[in-house]
Amino acid sequence: MDIIVAALPMLVKGLQVTLYIFVIAIILGFLIGLVVALLRLAPLKILNWIAKVYVDAIRGTPFIVQLFFIYFGVNSLNIISLNSTTAGIITVAINAGAYFAEIIRAGIQSIDKGQTEAARSIGFTGTQAMRYVVLPQAFRRMLPTITNQSIISLKDTSLLSVIGIADLTQQGQIQASATFEAFKIWLVVGVIYFIIIYAITLIANFIERRVQVR
Amino acid sequence: MSIITVRNLRKSFGAVEVLKDINAEVQEKEVICVIGPSGSGKSTFLRCLNLLEEVTGGEVVVNGHNITDPKQKININKVRQEVGMVFQHFNLFPHKTVMENITLGPIKIRATAKAEAEKLALVLLDKVGLREKANSYPGELSGGQKQRVAIARALAMNPKIMLFDEPTSALDPEMVGDVLEVMKQLAKEGMTMIVVTHEMGFAREVGDRVIFMDGGYIVEENEPNQLFGNPQHERTKSFLSKVL
Repeated sequence: MDIIVAALPMLVKGLQVTLYIFVIAIILGFLIGLVVALLRLAPLKILNWIAKVYVDAIRGTPFIVQLFFIYFGVNSLNIISLNSTTAGIITVAINAGAYFAEIIRAGIQSIDKGQTEAARSIGFTGTQAMRYVVLPQAFRRMLPTITNQSIISLKDTSLLSVIGIADLTQQGQIQASATFEAFKIWLVVGVIYFIIIYAITLIANFIERRVQVR
Repeated sequence: MSIITVRNLRKSFGAVEVLKDINAEVQEKEVICVIGPSGSGKSTFLRCLNLLEEVTGGEVVVNGHNITDPKQKININKVRQEVGMVFQHFNLFPHKTVMENITLGPIKIRATAKAEAEKLALVLLDKVGLREKANSYPGELSGGQKQRVAIARALAMNPKIMLFDEPTSALDPEMVGDVLEVMKQLAKEGMTMIVVTHEMGFAREVGDRVIFMDGGYIVEENEPNQLFGNPQHERTKSFLSKVL
């Protein structure tokens, strides 16, 4: 127990890094996803194609390869210099963005065409119909899958420890090797991840109940 | 003066030609009922009048705007504000209350103040007999109530023309009467209406003119008494003998 108490401050520090990266990356990822989904559904073929290539490229490669590509690959070009945290945030964001794009696209397409037609017949532009009628309904339907992807992305942040980001997993490694108490330390790290993810689930359930279409 | 003029209208979906050569005029305050078998093109015809369907050829002039002439740079969203539409499947916005369904257009498109839009909405809800449902969600209404709300929503933009696309076809029989009653009232008040319908009784009673369509053409059009009592074409006769 003493070992856990002693390790806890560093683990909490790591958790802060994890949450910091997660929150920024998930917001960015969601915005990327929204834009890419709209490109995917845009009337212009070239835009659909760009969006599809992006989604396929991300879905078709492992997260860790994407991380190395951005942190080591892009940095090796000597055009820009990304520190590990920035590279980590970018990787999680563009990774989540591709999955969000598919979730949002499917959500939009699941809304009956009649909804858009009704909005257009009143005089709404295509953009207004999307904003006031289609998206609000689509988001309600997407919430469970959005929650799911957010949880996956949170777990993906643990891989950022390999490029030296001092997140919860990295701090766990440090504490485990410093104390030789791997069992206890990793159990605690696991419990911390579980609590955070469970909290996200509860928040999502709460939001889902609030916005339910009657 | 005619408020809608349709000349040589053609519409194809891929290789399928749904409207072949439609010519029609609608006068102000006229109630036109469009009847015909399924697949005759009547709904497509209606949807061409506010360009929910892009036309393949010909001309549609609505309230003085030639909406099919790309050179005139007509803002179709503006024209649609003058043309209300009611759908077979209501298409109410399920995430919004009845009140919000009706006020969304006026508030977002016309920038009407919320209080004023709601006042108008209550007047319209009175008209369709659903004032007490203002704060309900569409999912809490019966089909007939939904359709009456849809009519109120279309009327909230204060349109000059109302298009009805089989407004009672998806309703339980006992709900049909309420909706037709609202439409009758609207006709009485002088609304220009084009109604695609299978309700022959309504066409007979309320229509100023009835158009019979088949196979992408207007086969026959006449006053209801003439069309129903003394149809000229074989095709009209055989259709009417089946539905009357």
